[in-house]
Amino acid sequence: MKLQQFIAKHSQHILYGTAGFTAIGLLFDYAFHIEIIGLIALIIASIIGVFPIAVKAISALRYKIVSIELLVTIAVIGAFAIQEFHESAIVTFLFLLGDYLEKKTLAKTRQSIKDLTAMAPTTAQVKQADGTVATVDVDDLDKGDIVLTHVGDQIPVDGHITSGQGYVNEAAITGESELVAKKAGDSVYSGTILEDGDLTITTDQVGDMTTFGKIIELVEEAQDSKSSAEKFIDRFAKYYTPAVLVLGILTYIITRDLNLAITLLVLGCPGALVIGAPVSNVAGIGNGAKNGILIKGGEVTAQMSKVDTMVFDKTGTLTVGKPEVATVAYFNGQTPDDLSAYLTKVQEIEQNSNHPLAKAVVTYLKAQGVPADQEAAPQVTTIKGRGLYSEDEDLLIGNLALMTDHNVQISAADKAKVEAIQHQGRSIVAVAAAGALQVVFGISDVLRPNVKATLSSLRQAGVKRLVMLTGDNEQSAQAMAQGLGFDEIHAQLLPNEKLDWLEKYQQQGLHVAFVGDGINDSPALAKADVGVAMGSGTDVAIETADLTLMNSKFESLYKAYVLSRKTNANTTENIVIALAVVALLLSGLLFGLVDMATGMFVHEASILVVIFNAMRLLRMHQRSAVNKENHQVIYEK
Amino acid sequence: MAKVTLKLGELTCPSCLTKIEQGLKQTDGVESVKVLFNAGKVKADYDASVTTPEALADVITGLGYEVKSTKAVEA
Repeated sequence: MKLQQFIAKHSQHILYGTAGFTAIGLLFDYAFHIEIIGLIALIIASIIGVFPIAVKAISALRYKIVSIELLVTIAVIGAFAIQEFHESAIVTFLFLLGDYLEKKTLAKTRQSIKDLTAMAPTTAQVKQADGTVATVDVDDLDKGDIVLTHVGDQIPVDGHITSGQGYVNEAAITGESELVAKKAGDSVYSGTILEDGDLTITTDQVGDMTTFGKIIELVEEAQDSKSSAEKFIDRFAKYYTPAVLVLGILTYIITRDLNLAITLLVLGCPGALVIGAPVSNVAGIGNGAKNGILIKGGEVTAQMSKVDTMVFDKTGTLTVGKPEVATVAYFNGQTPDDLSAYLTKVQEIEQNSNHPLAKAVVTYLKAQGVPADQEAAPQVTTIKGRGLYSEDEDLLIGNLALMTDHNVQISAADKAKVEAIQHQGRSIVAVAAAGALQVVFGISDVLRPNVKATLSSLRQAGVKRLVMLTGDNEQSAQAMAQGLGFDEIHAQLLPNEKLDWLEKYQQQGLHVAFVGDGINDSPALAKADVGVAMGSGTDVAIETADLTLMNSKFESLYKAYVLSRKTNANTTENIVIALAVVALLLSGLLFGLVDMATGMFVHEASILVVIFNAMRLLRMHQRSAVNKENHQVIYEK
Repeated sequence: MAKVTLKLGELTCPSCLTKIEQGLKQTDGVESVKVLFNAGKVKADYDASVTTPEALADVITGLGYEVKSTKAVEA
């Protein structure tokens, strides 16, 4: 259908034409009193104006959709029938003007996501088999390709650095523009910018499969995923528009007053109602995306704004998640040298584990120069939430519960020694061999910056209950949480016990958000009303959580909470504005106060009002930056 | 079954969304359609033995919307 494309291309010219002829018409009619010219001009204006509206109305009708355009078209034809050319010209002009302004302002609310997509790389410098370098479109890249990047280049793929070093701006992924130092072996992400240095990168992921590609896809889908309120409005609008049409026809049949009937059609247009709620979400989610907060759709903002209970995982969420061995205690009067054979075994076993505590132990033992075969992978039995057991070596590595389970005898003096370490807020990795305790590693993890200030801001903003759930031991959990202002702390939990707590809160009628680091917390993230992941860009985090803090900054949680509430409030405001306008216009009509042209004016104005209202959400960043400064003050006190 | 993503020109009216969705659903070989209104994209699953991404792009063009690019992923 070439006609529609023609109209789309010339919509601005059509608008100017209608505007011009309407102006001429009114001028001749009222200023010069040459009514015949005025009349002709108004008729021309109406015909030019109604043409694109009618074409849209008819094409929608072919798919059995009663559109707003159909209401307006019928109204204009009706106005012609009763020779109300003033009204028909003004109505078509206002409708087209409204359409044009709607398009312009809507584009503004979509700007954040556009800015994001614009950051997507388009080409890459790829090293060829013969040693030359060629420029390749990113769509044609493959895993394993060697990509070269220089200062100022955008990194075109997800990959790891094979040689070179530099500073990278990862704002596209994290929303933070601080430069990150990168060297050989480090991972780099597509869409980030190399500000300094030269990197040779081996490609791991390309195009839509990169973290950046997934973020864009997610945000795009999120902006269109509707909350239940929106779905309700959608269903409402679907029946509302045809109902207005039927009402108009009935009015004409009963009163025989065509003027009243067509005025009703114009007033009944549901424009602001249809656009109001989605536009708030687009703006809110767009703002989040730009600041490293990924919100998966309108339902998430609705749920998040209801949250009154926030449950936090400890390791990796409240803490940085990079534990280090801070204390080591040896038992039975032994020295590290006496135990070197065991320590080698411990390292060989632990190097195969992904557990953060195991990693800390391996790092420590390596630094101490304990020899170990790096390829070794001894047979072990993992005991969930406890640790592990090597039958071959008769070696137990894990927490104290593991020791108790396996009847390891611990004297009162030794027990006091271990408890002293726990009271310092450290997690314990105990090693027992031949039924006796040999070594205990005390591992500490650093609290993330601004945890305390953020928790207190959240409480001020309306979160009633703050809970910490951890698999770690009671003492270290208590020591870590001291002074942070938690209402409840539950320690030594297995993953499924964390779920039980969430369920318990939900049964009490609380709205629960779970904040975790996204990898081992997936079930809890899924179970909670809102799952919040502290993601450092891991796929699991992005996929499971409802809301992801890409920059892993704890204070972003406060921003996400406030943004969700503002977005949700904004949606409600827009729905109220839209309904109020329709109610106002219809009652105005009942008392004979509104004619067709004013009706159309108010109607179009209300559409712009809801869009402008939503645009307030785009500016929220500055305001919360101020809050962040306040945070700092509270924190330092 | 194959997937295709079509990038369209800017969509401004919610009723365009329904039109495109209905139009594609009525095309032979199309299994499911998702129109991303704000992103101006259409994602569709289709049977590669019955129809082609180009044919789907033609349907959308026929409805009066501009198709900027077509990206197919065979699965």
